[in-house]
Amino acid sequence: MGNKLGSLFKSTKLWISLFSIILGLFAGAIIMLLFGYNPIEGYIALWNGVFENRYFGGETIALITPYIFSGLAVGFAYRSGLLNIGVEGQLFVGWLASVWVGTSFELPAIIHLPLAIIVAAIAGGLWGIIPGYLKARFHVHEVIVTIMMNYIALYVTNSLIRNVLSERAERTDHIANSASLKLDWLTEFMSFSNIHMGILLAVFAALFYWYTMERTTLGFEMRSVGINRDASQYAGMSVKRNIILSMTISGALAGLGGAMQGIGMYGYMTIHSGFTNIGFDGIAIALLGGSTAIGIVLAAGLFGFLKVGALNMQAGAGVPPELVEIVTALIILFVAAGYMIVLFREKLLKLFKRTKIDDQNENKNVKKEGN
Amino acid sequence: MKSKKLFILLALMLSFSLFLAACGTSDDENEQDNEDTNEQDSGDTNGQDDENADASDTDFTVAMVTDVGGVDDKSFNQSAWEGLVAFGEEHGLTEGEGYTYAQSDQDSDYEPNLQRLTMNDYDLVFGIGFLLTEAIQNVAERNPDTMYGLVDEVAEGDNIVSLTFKEHEGSFLVGVAAALKSESGKVGFVGGVDSPLINKFEVGFVAGVKSVDPSIDVDVRYAESFDDASRGRQIASSMYDSGIDVIYHAAGGAGNGVFNEAKDRKNSNPDNYVWVIGVDRDQYDEGAVTVDGEEHNVTLTSMVKRVDIAVQDISNRALAGDFPAGETMEYGLSDNGILVADTNADAYTDDIRAAVEEWEQKILDGDIDVPFTHDQLETFLEGLE
Amino acid sequence: MDYVIEMLNIRKEFPGIVANDNITLQVKKGEIHALLGENGAGKSTLMNVLFGIYQPEQGKIRVNGEDVEINDPNVANELGIGMVHQHFMLIDTFSVAENIILGNEPKKLLNMNIDLSKAQKEVQEISNQYGLRVDAKALVRDISVGMQQRVEILKMLYRKADILIFDEPTAVLTPQEIKELMQIMRSLIKEGKSIILITHKLDEIMEVADRCTVIRRGKGIGTVNVSETTTQELASMMVGREVLFETEKTPAKPKETVLSVNNLVVKDNRGVDLVRGLNLEVKKGEIVGIAGVDGNGQTELIEAITGLRKAEEGLVKLNDKDITNLKPRKVTESGVGHIPQDRHKHGLVLDFPIGENMVLQTYYQAPFSKRGSLNFKQIYNYADRVIKEYDVRTPSSQTLARSLSGGNQQKSIIGREVDRSPDLLIAAQPTRGLDVGAIEFVHKKLIEERDKDRAILLVSFELDEILDLSDRIAVIYEGKIVAIVNPEETNEQELGLLMAGSKKKVGEA
Repeated sequence: MGNKLGSLFKSTKLWISLFSIILGLFAGAIIMLLFGYNPIEGYIALWNGVFENRYFGGETIALITPYIFSGLAVGFAYRSGLLNIGVEGQLFVGWLASVWVGTSFELPAIIHLPLAIIVAAIAGGLWGIIPGYLKARFHVHEVIVTIMMNYIALYVTNSLIRNVLSERAERTDHIANSASLKLDWLTEFMSFSNIHMGILLAVFAALFYWYTMERTTLGFEMRSVGINRDASQYAGMSVKRNIILSMTISGALAGLGGAMQGIGMYGYMTIHSGFTNIGFDGIAIALLGGSTAIGIVLAAGLFGFLKVGALNMQAGAGVPPELVEIVTALIILFVAAGYMIVLFREKLLKLFKRTKIDDQNENKNVKKEGN
Repeated sequence: MKSKKLFILLALMLSFSLFLAACGTSDDENEQDNEDTNEQDSGDTNGQDDENADASDTDFTVAMVTDVGGVDDKSFNQSAWEGLVAFGEEHGLTEGEGYTYAQSDQDSDYEPNLQRLTMNDYDLVFGIGFLLTEAIQNVAERNPDTMYGLVDEVAEGDNIVSLTFKEHEGSFLVGVAAALKSESGKVGFVGGVDSPLINKFEVGFVAGVKSVDPSIDVDVRYAESFDDASRGRQIASSMYDSGIDVIYHAAGGAGNGVFNEAKDRKNSNPDNYVWVIGVDRDQYDEGAVTVDGEEHNVTLTSMVKRVDIAVQDISNRALAGDFPAGETMEYGLSDNGILVADTNADAYTDDIRAAVEEWEQKILDGDIDVPFTHDQLETFLEGLE
Repeated sequence: MDYVIEMLNIRKEFPGIVANDNITLQVKKGEIHALLGENGAGKSTLMNVLFGIYQPEQGKIRVNGEDVEINDPNVANELGIGMVHQHFMLIDTFSVAENIILGNEPKKLLNMNIDLSKAQKEVQEISNQYGLRVDAKALVRDISVGMQQRVEILKMLYRKADILIFDEPTAVLTPQEIKELMQIMRSLIKEGKSIILITHKLDEIMEVADRCTVIRRGKGIGTVNVSETTTQELASMMVGREVLFETEKTPAKPKETVLSVNNLVVKDNRGVDLVRGLNLEVKKGEIVGIAGVDGNGQTELIEAITGLRKAEEGLVKLNDKDITNLKPRKVTESGVGHIPQDRHKHGLVLDFPIGENMVLQTYYQAPFSKRGSLNFKQIYNYADRVIKEYDVRTPSSQTLARSLSGGNQQKSIIGREVDRSPDLLIAAQPTRGLDVGAIEFVHKKLIEERDKDRAILLVSFELDEILDLSDRIAVIYEGKIVAIVNPEETNEQELGLLMAGSKKKVGEA
């Protein structure tokens, strides 16, 4: 019974997502039409922009990789009732940390690469501990702390790049090959795109996320604290410990997302004049994916697909970049508004059910039940 | 039964979208017609120029990739695009086929954009801005048969030409103008992100100011952003408050905030003595403000970097089979790649013009070596004493 | 027959559960018709069907003899059906008159302005007509709960409702207010209205209702004339078996002391001492009931014992071991079970499956987890056993705790806490909001546990419950135990006086 219900529920969810995407594409098509562009050409360009050849497929995967990490980071905190807006900053420190290890040491790859990854996770985790501790100990709202920590991270990393990791240049040196996540044969196979091994790490992180959340006592506590802090405390869980731990793990995941850029995609770090938005997009990705591992991976995939494909809508179908942004935003909006569609469906079913009841009642005698 | 209803709904939606799409196609055709007429028009204009370019005279194609500033940044991206458009018109090319651009919204877009244009068989692809250095090197290495041009930074590669500018020389001259215009003896510099490129502007400007009068204070600040106009405005506000009356900005979109602050001050009191020196393009239009029906302009002058000329020049050379592969082209005062705008005749007085021309001659004659790093500036300033 | 409402063979299903299975309800004009059933029996579902919030899968609704289709609460309103909800639907910062006219505002001609003076006049007229005293100008947040309820009733009357549904109307009222409500209901009938009274309180039905329809586990059991039935009969119809109103218990055989509290001082959230040097002992095999008016330190006492709140001074000992200010988990591990007063806030994680709620304290122990990984098979096996043993009615152990009725939620908490066999069981308001069947169950369980030599500390604001269950009664007043009395030798009057602090007895515990 339970399983049957479960599968029914799941299929409904899938149905809703697909329907949402179709609605989003449809809304985007109307916008394109209003501005005098051919939506079919536009969408073909969008699709081809990713699947036309291996190069863009590789670029898409390279873009999805940090998105998965930032989505998981937001989701992890969210499941334990915390809003980590600081993924952006944690990503910056992770990025810098990985590049620092990548440029400053000469080690065999078997040590160098894991070291860069671990140091990035630690750096991000430390950046996450601060808001976690302030929240647990002094009840300072994590949203305000994490937002401010983003700015600190942005300018501290810029300053370190300028003054410590380079001599007043706007970017660091290139990391040593032994610390790179790129594989020659893979790069070559994907037409020299920026694809790197990080996607495997991202999938592994998603598995870790799922297992930790759903299958461990730690995840049990996180979820419990996330839903009902009071009851969790009554049941003997330490709410403070969970808050700090959750922010730390969330920060570590974000730091790993930074490492994907540092030792994967770019191999160096430049001075940033603003945020990358990977962390902020992570909020949308986590919520879109319902903070579940599989949902986050799929949502990150959608984001990456739209971002890379959209570039080709300009080049391939002549749609101006502003309009492309509106169209992709609409698609995401409709997916996010899945609940609207559930409502819509209820109405539809109701309409349909009523006629059925009337039919049946005609064949029935009204009986009064006695005692 | 349930799915049947849904099916009908979906079918309805699908047919509706097809219907709309059909409308869209016809729209498209109309538009193409328009484009055709446009083209004929431009052909006519060209005809008047006696350039015999009724249709495209070549199958040479050229494209550019913007940095995150976007193609309408009122700065070097826009300037570069103007250069491509001019090149296209010169040879009767169609936009979208003969010449085009791709806009980047984030750093990760640079490589895919360059690669995509390469795959679309453009013969020459420009990357605009130093942010694209790494990306253009990677793409150029993979595609040795395509020509690449990088603006503002030196890239290594046999099929890349690097287009750099002697911004320090232009900045030196606007420094001279600022020193002469300032009444308070204080001038300001607002940079985008603290980096070697922007340091060139800063150092040249300081050197120019001090050459005229070593006692003038130069307040140097960085917005740490090329697009945060509010940050630029904030800095400008505190500079003007401290008595500074001329600000030179090299901050892209953040510099728009400097203009806004100056215009606002002018607007509240037309007697306010505030000036802005623009960068990259002639920013005369950005400085226009009308108070009580009277027109004012806060743009004293602009340090103009003719990216358009450089881009057009390289395109023409590539077309002629004279692509300077692997070279670094440095545009400066001598070849009009750098110039000081004199559009605001009211503010940019003849005295200033004379002084600037005098200093320009000294630079051209090699009497002055304009510094472009902090170390060189130090030596230069010591030499002044 | 002259029925105003006929709901015939109504069936309503929710995923995994049939909430209404072939229920028939017929209400005569001018009668008070009680709808009786346990928590979760399907009363609210049935009324939501009548009110147009749910659509039934089967069945027919007639109003005044005509077939109707109610697919929206607005339709119900048009048909003259009005509902007085258990949780009032009022806007606190609006005046009484504004609340009453909300949605049916009289407008000035050619003007969007609400005609407030006209509204106040109309409200006052209706209120006089039915004898419902309200102050039309007062803000809702400033008036008593009883008056708020009258505002709800007036709202229905203002919309010209003829059939009034009262959903558990007495749950929030004081005894005096209940008497007034009964009065109001009778006068409404005199004015020609018909009333459906949803309740699980038998006394109210006996006092005010004309007929009564009983439903049990979603099925219609039958309709009886109240004048021809007894409380006993109604109760057994509702629960499905004989109900014992008197709790049967043998005299206690107290043994060694389990809990001893000495000179305990506890502050509340504002830093005020709420427990001020309290002394108390609970022995194996006895139930000690704490009687007192809410706010005299009961909550803080329990939270201090269970480690949720810091004890400023004093000593708490369990089996002679000092457990003062231990972490809640350590307290639980040393043998304390706690049925919290607020089951939604403190007892359950409502959005967890009921199965996972069953291991909320013990998930980290074997066999529920091993090296940090949960063993869901063991967890759900265990949960299924407790659910069965404690008669928790749920479609499955995977159902979210939220979707269970209050009584079943409480049973699951009791199952969880009792099944751990703690030496000390603290039960705070264990029967609040439960129906007779569930109350009986809870009481029986507590006595069973006592007879298994557990020490039980009971906190309740219901004097009946304290008197019925306790072997000793400790009266708490201003953070101290002011008297220990034997339930056999006292009565409600004496307890009431002690709780008010007016009479002191031996202050020893």
